Amino acid sequence: MKRRSFPWHIVVFLAPAVFVYTLFMVYPLVGSLALSLQNKTQSGAEVFVGLQNYLTLFTSKNWAQPFWNAFWNNVEFFAYHMLIQNPVGLFLAVLLASRIHGAWLYRTIIFTPTILSVVIIGFAWKLILNPAWGISQGILDLLGLGHLNQPWLGLESTALPTLSLISVWQNIGIPMMLFLAALIRIPDELIEAARVDGAGAWTVFWRIQFPLILPTAGIVAVLTFVGNFNAFDLIYATQGALAGPNFASDILGTFFFRTFFGYQLQPGDPYMGATVAGVMLLIILSGVLLYLFAWQRRLQNIQF
Amino acid sequence: MSRTNWPGVLGVHLALIAYSLLALFPVLLVVLNAFKDRLTIFSAPYALPNAQTFTLEGFRTLQSTANFPAYFLNSFIVTVGALALMILLSSMAAFALAEYSFRFNNLIGLYLSIGIMVPIRLGTVGILQLAKDLELVNTLWILILVYTAQGIPLAVFVLSSFMRQLPRDLKDAARIDGASEYRIYWLTLPLIRPAIGSVLAISMIPIWNDLWFPLILAPGEATKTVVLGASVFLGQFVNDYNAVLAALTLAIVPAVLLYFIFSQQLIRGITSGAVK
Repeated sequence: MKRRSFPWHIVVFLAPAVFVYTLFMVYPLVGSLALSLQNKTQSGAEVFVGLQNYLTLFTSKNWAQPFWNAFWNNVEFFAYHMLIQNPVGLFLAVLLASRIHGAWLYRTIIFTPTILSVVIIGFAWKLILNPAWGISQGILDLLGLGHLNQPWLGLESTALPTLSLISVWQNIGIPMMLFLAALIRIPDELIEAARVDGAGAWTVFWRIQFPLILPTAGIVAVLTFVGNFNAFDLIYATQGALAGPNFASDILGTFFFRTFFGYQLQPGDPYMGATVAGVMLLIILSGVLLYLFAWQRRLQNIQF
Repeated sequence: MSRTNWPGVLGVHLALIAYSLLALFPVLLVVLNAFKDRLTIFSAPYALPNAQTFTLEGFRTLQSTANFPAYFLNSFIVTVGALALMILLSSMAAFALAEYSFRFNNLIGLYLSIGIMVPIRLGTVGILQLAKDLELVNTLWILILVYTAQGIPLAVFVLSSFMRQLPRDLKDAARIDGASEYRIYWLTLPLIRPAIGSVLAISMIPIWNDLWFPLILAPGEATKTVVLGASVFLGQFVNDYNAVLAALTLAIVPAVLLYFIFSQQLIRGITSGAVK
C-alpha cells in the first residue's frame, strides 16, 4: 500500500477546538501559575520569587489570617454539602425511585431551584430571612419557635451555616438526579428477589441499592468538592465582596476576588491573586486525584 | 402482586410533597408579592394580589432604571453563541479522536480532558490579561469564547465516546461512494443527536446563570447579562421591595417557564450525559 499523504483533515477537525481551549483556558491557567511565582520590586520591575508568594500567603501576618479563615470557612461550607445535601439528595432519589405515581412531577419541582441563578436565589432568601419583612419570624412563630428568630445572615455565628444551607437547598437537585439515574438502572429482579426473601426497604437499601450506586456516590462527592472550593456567586450576591459580617462568610472564591481586584482602600494585587488561584487549583487537583486513584481503584474490586 | 404497602406509599408522597413545597416556597413568595403594593407585601405576604392591592409599580421602577430587555438579549446571544460554537468545535474534534488512529490521538484526548475537572475560573487573572491584550474586554465575544473553552473538554469527552459506538459500515459505505471526510463528519452529526442534546442540557444552565465572568470581563452597561444586571439592580434598590421583587420575578419566571416546557428533555439529557 502506498504511503498516504499528510492527513490534513485530522488537523482541520482538531485545530479549532484545541486552539480555543488552549488560548482561553490552558494558557491563562499556566500564565496565572507563572504569575504566582513572580512579584514586583520597589522600582516596579517584575522579578521571579519562587514560592515566596505562597509562603507569604500561608505565614505572613497580613495574609495568613484571612487566608486560613477563608480556607476553614470553605471546609465548613463543603462539610454542610457532604453531610446534608448529598444524603438528603440520595434519600429523595430513593423515594422517587420507588415507582410511585407522579414521580416525574416531584422530580421536576425539586430540581427547579437548581436551574435558577444563584444570584436570584440568594437574594430571594435574603429577603425571606430579612427581619424587616418578617417571613422567617412568622414561620418560626407558627412552629412555636419564635424566640429563636435571629438576623441569620447578619450574625457572625450564623451567616456561614445559613449560606451553606441556602446553597444546599439550591443544589440538591444535582445529587438527586445522579443518584436517581443510578438507582433506576438497578435491575428490578434483584430488588424483587430480596423482597420475596422478606427484606424490608431498609435492608434493600443498604444491602442492594447502596453498594450498587457507590460509583455514583464517588462522582457526586468529587463534583461537590470541585463546585464548593470554586464557589463565589452566592456569597458575593448576598453578602458582597467583603463576605460579611466581619469576613465570617468569606470562602476562597471571595477571598480570591478581593485579593485580585482589591476592595475599599486596599488595591488589587495580581501576583497574590494568582497565588490564591494557585492554592485553589492545588486543593481541587488533590481532591480530584484522590478520587481518581484512591476511590476508583478501591471500587474496581466491587464493580458489577 | 398486590402487596402494596399503603401507609408506606402515603408516607413517601407526604415526604415528597413537603420537600416540593420547600423547593417552591421562595419562588412563589417572590412572584406573588411582586404584584402587590408595599403595604400588603408586609402586612399580608401570603395573600394573593387582588383588585385593591395589585400594582405594577415595581416593574415601572425597573423599566425606568434598568434596561432588562437588553440584558436578556445579551444573555441570549452569549448562551446561544457559546453553545453553538462549543458543539461545532467539540463535535469536529470528537469526530477526529473517535474516527482516526494517529500518533497523538490519546495524548490530545488526555490534554483536552484535563479541563473537565479544572475550573476555568482559576485562570481568571490570565484571562483578564488576555482579554485586555486582544481588546475584548466589555464585549460579548470574550464571554462566548471563554464559555466555549470551558465547555469543550466535557463536550469532546461525551461526544467522542458516543461517536465510537457508531457502526463502521455506514461510514465505509459513504467512503466507497466517494464522500470526503468532511462530508462523512457532517453525515454522522444527526446520528449523535442524543449526545448533543445531553451536552447542551448540561452546559446551558451554568452559562446562562454565571455571574463571575460577566462581572469581571464584561461589566459595561452595553454588555450586562441578566444575572449581572439583576445583581447590580438588586444591590442598588435593596430597600425598595417592589422593585426588588419585580426584578427577581423577571429573572425567575421566564427561566422557570422554559424549564417546565423542556424539563423532560433537560433532565434526561443531564442524567444520561453525566452518568456516561
